Formats: sequence, C-alpha cells, structure tokens
Amino acid sequence: MDASVKRAATRKRPSKTQDNLVYAAVWLACLAPLVWLAWRGFSGDLGANPIEALIRQIGVWGLRLLLVGLAITPAARILKKPRLVRFRRTIGLFAFSYICLHLLTYIGVDLFFDWGQLWKDILKRPFITLGMAGFVLLVPLAVTSTNGWVVRLGRATWQRLHWLIYLIVPLGVAHYYLLVKADRRPPLVYAAILAVLLGWRVWDAWRRRVRS
Amino acid sequence: MLIRHAPDLTDKDVTDRSLYLRRREFIGGAAGLGLLAAAGTASARGLAYKPGFSTTEPKTSKKDITSYNNFYEFGVNKEDPSENAGSLKTRPWTVRVDGECEKPASFGIDDLIKGQRLEERIYRMRCVEGWSMVIPWVGFPLRDLIAQVQPTSKAKFVAFETLMRPSEMPGQRWDTLQWPYREGLRIDEATHPLTILAVGLYGDVLPNQNGAPLRLVVPWKYGFKGAKSIVRVSLVEKQPATAWNVLAPREYGFYSNVNPAVDHPRWSQATERRIGEFRRRETLPFNGYGQYVADLYRGMDLKRDF
Repeated sequence: MDASVKRAATRKRPSKTQDNLVYAAVWLACLAPLVWLAWRGFSGDLGANPIEALIRQIGVWGLRLLLVGLAITPAARILKKPRLVRFRRTIGLFAFSYICLHLLTYIGVDLFFDWGQLWKDILKRPFITLGMAGFVLLVPLAVTSTNGWVVRLGRATWQRLHWLIYLIVPLGVAHYYLLVKADRRPPLVYAAILAVLLGWRVWDAWRRRVRS
Repeated sequence: MLIRHAPDLTDKDVTDRSLYLRRREFIGGAAGLGLLAAAGTASARGLAYKPGFSTTEPKTSKKDITSYNNFYEFGVNKEDPSENAGSLKTRPWTVRVDGECEKPASFGIDDLIKGQRLEERIYRMRCVEGWSMVIPWVGFPLRDLIAQVQPTSKAKFVAFETLMRPSEMPGQRWDTLQWPYREGLRIDEATHPLTILAVGLYGDVLPNQNGAPLRLVVPWKYGFKGAKSIVRVSLVEKQPATAWNVLAPREYGFYSNVNPAVDHPRWSQATERRIGEFRRRETLPFNGYGQYVADLYRGMDLKRDF
C-alpha cells in the first residue's frame, strides 16, 4: 500500500481510545447543564421559585441540544468532517432526555400529577399544546434511534421518519415563544438560529438539484 | 350518656371553619358598622375594615421578597431588579398629584411621607404569573393623599406613572413595555381603605427593587397593578391606559382583579405557588379580600371586565 494512502487511512480513523475520549467529552458536555442545575438547586441558588426555574432551565437546555443536533449535519459538511455525524444520535437522545425531564418536572412537581389539570392545559393553552405535540413526535424518533431500527425500517423509511425533527424543533421554539410574557428576544434568538439551520438545508438541496 | 343531634340540625347549620376562624373580623366589622351608622363618613367605613387588614399567614422571607421581582425597568428576569436597581437615585424625588382636583400639588417625597400616618399592612400579593407572597408593607392609604388635593366630581379614575430614566433604569432602553409604565384604578378602588401607597417593607425603607421610594399596593388585584417608583398620580375623567393592557389587551384587563375563574389566555389562574411552599394552593377570588371589595364590582361581568 502507498504510504500516503496509509497515512490518510490512519488519520481518518482515530484509535479506539481516542474515539472513546471524544465520546466521553460529548457526554460530559451534555450532562454538564444538568449537574450544574442540580448543584444550584441543592445550594439554594435557583431563586425564590426554584421549581419554575428548574422547569424553564431544563426545557431551555433541551431546546439548545435539539438545535445543536440540527447543526451537526451542516457543520460536518462545511468543516468537511463527515465523522461528526456520529454524534447526532447521542445529542438527539440527550435532548430527548432533557425534554422528558422537563415534562416530568412540570407534571410531577408543578402539577403534582393533577392529570385533569394537565389535560385542560393541553387543550386550552396553545404553548402547552405545541410543546406536548413536539414531545409526542419526538418519542418515535428516540425509540427508533438504534442501529437495529434503521435496519428494520430500511434506510429510506427511517430517514423519512426522522425528517419529523424539522417539525419538532419549530414546535419547541414556538412553545417557548408563546409562553414569554413580554420580552420576546430570547425565543427570537432561537428562532433565528433555527431559521439559519433549516435555511441551509433548503439552500443545500436546491444547490444539489441545480448541479445534478 | 348519649347525646343526640336534634334531627333538624344538619351539616348546613355547622359554622364553616373558615368563617369561624374569622369570627373576630365580624365582631370588629359589626362595631365598625355601628360607627358607620353613627358617623356615616367614609373614614368610619375605613375603621370598620381595619381588623381584617393584615393577614396572619406566615410572611415570605425578606430575601425572597427583595430578590424575586418583576420590575421590567431593571430587566425582565426575576433577579434583574435586585441586581440593577442599586443605580436608581430616589432622592431628590418629586411626586406630582394633579388632574381633576382643587389643589394639585408637587410633593417632595420626604414631605409627602412626613404628612402621613404610616402603618404596617401584611398583605398577600398574587402575581399574574401564578405565584404569591405574603408581604409586610409599611405605607399609608392612598385615599389620604387623594383627599389632600380635593378631587372634583370629574375625578372618576386615578392614573399612576412610574419614573422614566433610562440612564438608571436599563430595562427602559428596550421597548418591552411602553415606557413610562402606567397603571390606573377606578376612583372607588383607589380610595378603598385597602389600597395603600407603600414606602417601606419589613419595617424598613422600601428597597429600590420593590419600587422605592413610593409604590402602589392593591392587594386584591394582580401584582402588576402596583405601579412602582411613582412620580405622578393624576385624577382623570376617562379610564387611563395601562402598560400591560396596551401590550396585550386580550391578556391583561384594566381591572385585573385576582380571579381563579378567569384564566389568563395562556395559563390557568385557578392555583398559585406561594413562594417557599412546594405544593400549589387554590387561588381565592379577589385574592381572599372579597369580603371587603366584592361590592365594588356588583353587577359587573367580571369575565368581560377582567
């Protein structure tokens, strides 16, 4: 084998240890906000209304991780680092975990399992309707996130199912936007980031069509 | 010996425990009503209410009252006012009282306070966002100040205006609300003995983040009706514009009486979380002050005039 090809091959495929280290770093980064929130909670640093602060913060981190997940494909293409794509599943599942925790805190701590109230909230409050819809749509994506499910569904079907994320993340942003009382700047920042990430995909698809 | 209930006594005849616990208020109220009959004056009516003014519920900690605030002039986050309000200079401070009255006047804040009989009022405060506190205010009835300027018969409403000073109020650099913050009450609400202008908290001078040096407290309405850092009180004939109503008329009405039966379009108002407590509690009509103020709204559709 040619030496340069060999070098390229070794460069492209990092050792198992290196790979594990990178994964560990991604895990730690995804867990850090939760650890930070838990620590603030225990040390009484979440303010006078810690329950609301916790629900909000966990939800915001769920949304952030969804956006990070959406940013991976464009980043991999732009930076020419295709192997970045392998983190999509990890980050997506962490986003799902945060959102589950967000929902659990709302139902278990805020509503104290008042299912009647939950149902009323879902029907009457648009921001909860949208948030709930986003969560429900996210469940099949989390369930089918394993390699086994990719095989079972077939690559194309699996791909189409996971396009749901293009609906779910806007639902998440809308959920945030609708609950804000007056200062719409923070949710609009998320909306702008989302618009860029989705816009890039439209532009990319259009460019490919023109080329082919 | 077996004691039987008389067959004509049912559960209905048992005094409701909450009423029983309030028995002293009725005794006080009855004495006051006697005074009212004798004197027939508004101030006697005030005395009648006095025994029920302060709640005996546990007070929210001073730390929570002074660090969890909605005061958008200093930022939209709860911790912003306590972090940013230090820059506000509350002296010198002038309050203009004008409009439909015989003797409009400008008061230096210290003169204004000196002229009033201050008292402690421990009130529940219910925020429109679904949380509540119990706050020991120090203040005086707004009606005393209004009486000083001698309102005319055209004074149907009272409008309040908060200081506009973006250099010291960083939140005013953004148009989150229409600045300066405006609030308003109907004249009978404003002269109700429960309505006070607060100048202190926990027996001390009012901290800036709570609306120093002078703020409105109307305990049966959502907290945002309590205009902070007031520079102007105007007696007016027409219902004045109010900041939150201008921003979102469907969500924040002019009256904004605490009402568990009328939800905010985006969340339920049926329950609230008392700061410091874990479980939500039921929200009471008029924030539990219905016995004093429900009469003001007799005949009104509170779902429409929310």
